[in-house]
Amino acid sequence: MARHPKPAEGSWTEHYPGLGTGPVSYADSISPAFFELEREAIFKRTWLQVGRVEQLPRHGSYFTREIAVAHTSVIVVRDAEDRVRAFHNICRHRGNKLVWSDFPGQETSGTARQFTCKYHGWRYGLDGACTFVQQEGEFFNLDKADYGLVEVSCDIWAGFIFINFESRPRQALRDFLGPMVTAIEDFPFDRLTQRYGFRSSVSANWKLMTDALQEQYHAPIVHANQRSESFEEHNFAGGFEAPHYQIDGPHRMFNSAGIRPWELPEDQIKPSEQLLRGGLFGPWDPPEFYESTQVKGMRPGGHERVGVALFEIWPNFAIQLWERGWYHTYQHWPTSYDRHIFEWNMYFAPPRTAAEAVAQEMTAVSLKEFALQDDSLIESIQLTLGSAGLTDFPLGDQEILCRHLHKTAQDWVADFQEPGS
Amino acid sequence: MSLLPPEFADLEGFAPRWCLRTEPERWAQRHASSMGEMRELYDAVFPRVEAMYAYLDRFPLDSLPEDARNLLYLVHSFVMVSFPVEVWDGPRIPDVGDATLDRVASPIF
Repeated sequence: MARHPKPAEGSWTEHYPGLGTGPVSYADSISPAFFELEREAIFKRTWLQVGRVEQLPRHGSYFTREIAVAHTSVIVVRDAEDRVRAFHNICRHRGNKLVWSDFPGQETSGTARQFTCKYHGWRYGLDGACTFVQQEGEFFNLDKADYGLVEVSCDIWAGFIFINFESRPRQALRDFLGPMVTAIEDFPFDRLTQRYGFRSSVSANWKLMTDALQEQYHAPIVHANQRSESFEEHNFAGGFEAPHYQIDGPHRMFNSAGIRPWELPEDQIKPSEQLLRGGLFGPWDPPEFYESTQVKGMRPGGHERVGVALFEIWPNFAIQLWERGWYHTYQHWPTSYDRHIFEWNMYFAPPRTAAEAVAQEMTAVSLKEFALQDDSLIESIQLTLGSAGLTDFPLGDQEILCRHLHKTAQDWVADFQEPGS
Repeated sequence: MSLLPPEFADLEGFAPRWCLRTEPERWAQRHASSMGEMRELYDAVFPRVEAMYAYLDRFPLDSLPEDARNLLYLVHSFVMVSFPVEVWDGPRIPDVGDATLDRVASPIF
């Protein structure tokens, strides 16, 4: 007997008939050729999240992003008119990378009045216009107006900065995100500015890591040893069931009832978590300005008891909201068919007391312990996928979002190869 | 010259090893420590946390005097050893191999 009622069709998966119920092919995660197609069909053709507006506090604030999957580097800058803009990070003179410090392959950030190329000193304004050519008279019929930086489409939603490499994006950002995702914009993202950031190079396809974060079927098994035996008996013995799954276009979400350590008997909680009032499920005490009931979009199924909502925004970004008024984001940047960079940012309200600061540190430390367990498991999957000729695998109803991710990737590639197919 | 405020002289012996400003330093120290060293820190700090908070809250978090900042770093090291002591029974997370996850952004205290 399901603990949470399923849709009338009998399962979440069958509620979305296009998904099918058969085994799913993971050939898309072990193929260099498929990865080359994903670059063109997905990453160069949609909106990609690259950061938050708080990273650009002033006119001239900028950061660079290495977008290896799209074969480019991008400068994101707040210009003199207060607009956030993005440019390919390449000097128009001879193709030198325009903005970098010390290591050309690494990202950087700072504040500038203009950008000056390290090679021959060509300069560009914050609006991308070419403003100075060294020994301009040596060139032939050169009009600086023709040599501005190449702009990348850029837009902002809820303080998240997105770029799009299409010369004319097929969809405006808000239309792309759709009603399910935009319904969470009331979450107080702009007040949760205390950031803890993590980064990891993972030896696995980007979709395998996404899978690990978008299903909780694994949680009672992989993370069982993080909790007490008593906790395991009470909470994990029956496995995991989500109260709600939802799909909207290429995006997907699920709710989890969440575990509320503050409601558990003491013998089920780590003593340090009890003491510090923070841990794997976040700081126990919400910021004073936050009421979870304000954000209806966090529980689109209308469930009252929802602890967590994960929104997977196509293709590689996720926002996970917690009922106690904090959130974290995941992002997966592929670098090859079997490697990617994983970025993870946690955002809390600026702490007012030492206890609040330590509860946040405790959360960041606890989540790292759990994430490293996932990391190494994903690498183990990459090692064996495809061996013994095995590429097709049965996915259960609690793995509906994995099914949807692989189908979406395969559909986008098919559509790129044969539009309208 | 002591690293911690005089009220916390009982913890001073832990300060040189464990008053570390950043998570990468604390992570490295955890992996360079024995279970005995971590348990000792854990057992000493645990009963003092409430008093440490009370002391720290005399100052704004963004302008702590140096000895108070060290006190906060010591609590952070307590956090760092809590999983080895309470859960893993060792500095390493089991089955993690050579996977890494680097903290690249943290609030500055």
